[in-house]
Amino acid sequence: MTQDAPRSLPENTPLVIAGRTYRSRLLVGTGKYQDLEETGRAIEASGAEIVTVAVRRTNLGQNPDEPNLLDVISPDRYTILPNTAGCYTAKDAVRTCKLARELLDGHDLVKLEVLGEEKTLYPNMTETLVAAEELIKDGFKIMVYCSDDPLLAKRLEEMGCIAIMPLGAPIGSGLGIQNRYNIRLIVENAKVPVLVDAGVGTASDATIAMELGCDGVLMNTAIAQAQDPIRMANAMRLAIESGREAWLAGRMPKKLYASASSPLDGTFF
Amino acid sequence: MNIQLNGDPLEIADQATIATLLETLSLTGKRLAVEVNEDIVPRSQHDEYQLKAGDCVEVVHAIGGG
Repeated sequence: MTQDAPRSLPENTPLVIAGRTYRSRLLVGTGKYQDLEETGRAIEASGAEIVTVAVRRTNLGQNPDEPNLLDVISPDRYTILPNTAGCYTAKDAVRTCKLARELLDGHDLVKLEVLGEEKTLYPNMTETLVAAEELIKDGFKIMVYCSDDPLLAKRLEEMGCIAIMPLGAPIGSGLGIQNRYNIRLIVENAKVPVLVDAGVGTASDATIAMELGCDGVLMNTAIAQAQDPIRMANAMRLAIESGREAWLAGRMPKKLYASASSPLDGTFF
Repeated sequence: MNIQLNGDPLEIADQATIATLLETLSLTGKRLAVEVNEDIVPRSQHDEYQLKAGDCVEVVHAIGGG
C-alpha cells in the first residue's frame, strides 16, 4: 500500500506553511510531559520548528514567578501553533482561536480541532466546517484536524484551510495509521500540505505516514508518554527523515514471489 | 462590585479597569489574553477598559497541549 505501482518520482518541494519554509517535518505538542524542563528537552531533541500549545484559564492562585510554557518554548524560536483542543462546538473553537491570536500578538496560525465525543476524541466534522468558515473569514490561517475522509479533506482545502491534518488513529491511542489507503487518497488530491495528526505510537508509524507521501506528522503522546521521551523525540526525528527519504526515493514495486539478488550467471555448481 | 473571573465570583473596586485587575492578581506584563463577556479586549485597551458589575472576565494563557 505504501506505493506499489511504478510512478514518477515526487518532487522534493520544501514544507511551506503560511508562507514560511520549514526544514523539519515533525510537529510536536507540549502536553503530558512531567515538567517544563522535560518539555523543552524533548522538543529540542525532536528538531521540531512548529510546536502546539493549548489555551486555558490562567491559574490565579499560582506563584506569579512560576515559569510559563512560552518562556521555555519561545515564540522567537518556534512557530507556536495554538490548538482548540477540548472544544466540542464551533463557537468554543472560534472563541479559543481569537484568544490565542490576542495571546500571541496577532499571530493568526491555528490548529483547528473540534471534537465529537470524549471516548474517541473523533473530530466532529460538521462543527469543524462551521468553525473553519468563520475563522477563515476572520483572517485566520487554519491547519485543520479532520477525519480521514478524502472528500471532506478536499472540501476543507477548497474552503481555504492551509493544511489538512487527518487523524491516523484516535488522539493519544498510539495505534498507528489505521487507514493508509485514505491517507494516500487525501495526499494525492491535495495541493496544500497534508500532515497526519494523532494516532502515531512509535517511530515506524511516523515513517509510514511519510512513506505515504504526507508532508509532515504532528504528534504529542508518542513522545511525551514514551519511557524516555528525549530518546523517542530523537527517534521520531529520524523516522520522519527516513520516511521522507524513502518516499522521495520511490520504493521498489512489491512482488508476490522472490527475485534473486545475486546473478545466476557464472555459478560453478 | 462583583464580577465573575475565570468562573469564580470576585469583588473588585468600582472603578477597576482590566489593567488594575491584572495588577491586583500580580499578572501585569504576563503573556495572557483577556476576554470580557466573550469579547476579546486587546492588550492596548487594558488601561482604559472599565469593568462593570456582573462582567464575566476570562484570563487565559498558553499551557502544554497537543
